[in-house]
Amino acid sequence: MNAINLRKQLEEDLTELKRMILRLGKMAEESVTRAVWALKNQDVEAARSVIEKDDEIDELAGSVDSACMNFTARYQPLGEDLRTVTSIMHMAIDLERIGDYGDNIAKAAIDLSGQELVKPLIDIPRMVDTLSVMVEKALAAFDTNNAEAAKEVFPMDDLMDDLERQIMRELLLLMMEKPQRIEQASSLLNVARTLERAGDHITNVAERVVYIVTGKTVKASAFRRPKER
Amino acid sequence: MNRIQIETREVNLYYGQSRVLRDVTLDIPEKAVTALIGPSGCGKSSFLRCLNRMNDFIPSARVEGDILIDGSNIYESGTDVISLRRNVGMVFQKPNPFPMSIYDNVAYGPRLHGIRDRAKLDEIVRNSLTGAALWDEVKDKLKTPGTGLSGGQQQRLCIARAIATEPAILLMDEPTSALDPLSTARIEELVRELKKQYTVVIVTHNMQQAARISDTTAFFLLGDLVEYDSTPKMFTSPEDKRTEDYITGRFG
Repeated sequence: MNAINLRKQLEEDLTELKRMILRLGKMAEESVTRAVWALKNQDVEAARSVIEKDDEIDELAGSVDSACMNFTARYQPLGEDLRTVTSIMHMAIDLERIGDYGDNIAKAAIDLSGQELVKPLIDIPRMVDTLSVMVEKALAAFDTNNAEAAKEVFPMDDLMDDLERQIMRELLLLMMEKPQRIEQASSLLNVARTLERAGDHITNVAERVVYIVTGKTVKASAFRRPKER
Repeated sequence: MNRIQIETREVNLYYGQSRVLRDVTLDIPEKAVTALIGPSGCGKSSFLRCLNRMNDFIPSARVEGDILIDGSNIYESGTDVISLRRNVGMVFQKPNPFPMSIYDNVAYGPRLHGIRDRAKLDEIVRNSLTGAALWDEVKDKLKTPGTGLSGGQQQRLCIARAIATEPAILLMDEPTSALDPLSTARIEELVRELKKQYTVVIVTHNMQQAARISDTTAFFLLGDLVEYDSTPKMFTSPEDKRTEDYITGRFG
C-alpha cells in the first residue's frame, strides 16, 4: 500500500473514532439531563430508562477503547495522530463517568419519587443546563479541532462550583430547620456534588482538545478565576 | 543532557552547482543516539557523510561551514582523514562484509593501524564481536567467511568491524533497511547498548525506529534542518507544521 492510501485509511479510521466519541458524549449528556429531569418531575419511568441506557454507554466506551488499541497497533501513530488517539482513550473514560453520574442521579430520582421535595428544584436544573452547554461546546471544539473554542469551557466550571456551593448552603439551612428532611436533603446534596464532578470531567475533555490541537498541556485552572482562600 | 561532541556550524554542501545542505547548525550530544529523519533526497545521508568526510570521495562535492568534533574542525587543512575515520566509524545500509573470514573482517581495521600482535588482535576481535552482540553465535567459526552469515549477522559483523578501531562516534546509514523484523530488533537493541560507549548518529526512514532508539531527532527537508529536539517531543508534539506533516505520513 502506498503512503497516500495509508494516510487516507488512517484518516477514515480516525474519523470513525471521533464519531464514536461524539456519540458517547451525546449519550452521556442525555443521561445526566434526563436523570435530572426525572428527579425534578418525579418520573420513575424516565429514571429507569436512564439506568437501562447506562449499559449502552459502558459498551460504547469499551468499544472506543478497543478501537483505539486496534488503531495504535495498525498505524503506530505519531504527532497529532498520536495525541488524538491517546486523548480519545482518556476522553472515553471521562465521558463514561459522566454517564455513570446520570445513572446515580436516576437512582436518586427513584428513591425520592413520591416524596414531597423539600424545596422546588431550581439550581440543580441550572447546573445540568450549564453542564449541557459545556459538553456541547467541548464536543464541538473536538469535532472542529478548535482549541480556542475548547478553552471557553474552562470558565464555565466556575459557574458549576458557584451553583454547587449555593445549593449546599441552602440545603444545610433546610437540614437545620427540619432535621426530618436530612435524608432527602443529603441525597440532593449528592446530586449537586455529582454534577459538579461531571463538570470536572468535561473540563478534562476540553483540556484534551487543546492538547490535540496545540501539542501543549493546559490546566483549566489557568483560565478560571483565582481560588478564594 | 550530555556534553556536546559534534558541532556543525552553518554547514552547506554542494554537489557541483546543486546545494544539498543549507546552513545546517546542529549540536550532537556525546554517548546518545541522534536520529536523522526526512524524505528521500532531504540531505540527511549527505549530512551524515559530512561527519567523517566521506563526501571527499565525490569529486564535485564541496563543504562550507565548520564541523567540530571534540572542538577541532575536521575540515581544517592538515586533518588526518584516516585517523578521523578511525574515530568516526560507519555502518551502511546493506551489510558489506569483506570477502574474508569473520576474524579477518574484524581484525582488518586494527591491522591497518599497525597492530600485529596475535594475542592483542584476538582480544580486539573477541571484544568487538561481543560488543556487537555476535560473539556467541560465531565464536566457533571465526575462520569461516563473513559472507556466509545471515543478513542480520552480517550487519552486526559490520558493526563489530566498525568498533574494532575503538571509535568515539558511530555513523549508521539506514542500518536495518535490508533486514527482517527480528534482525532489525536485534540491531535496535544493540544500538541502545552501544550508546553507553559511543555517540551514535543514525539515518532512518522508519519513524517508529527513530522513536524507539534515539534520544534526539533531527528532521531534514530539502536540505534544511527544519527541527531538532528531544525525540519524545519530536514525535508527540513537534513545533513545526512540516515535521508534524512528515511524521504523520502526510507527505514523504
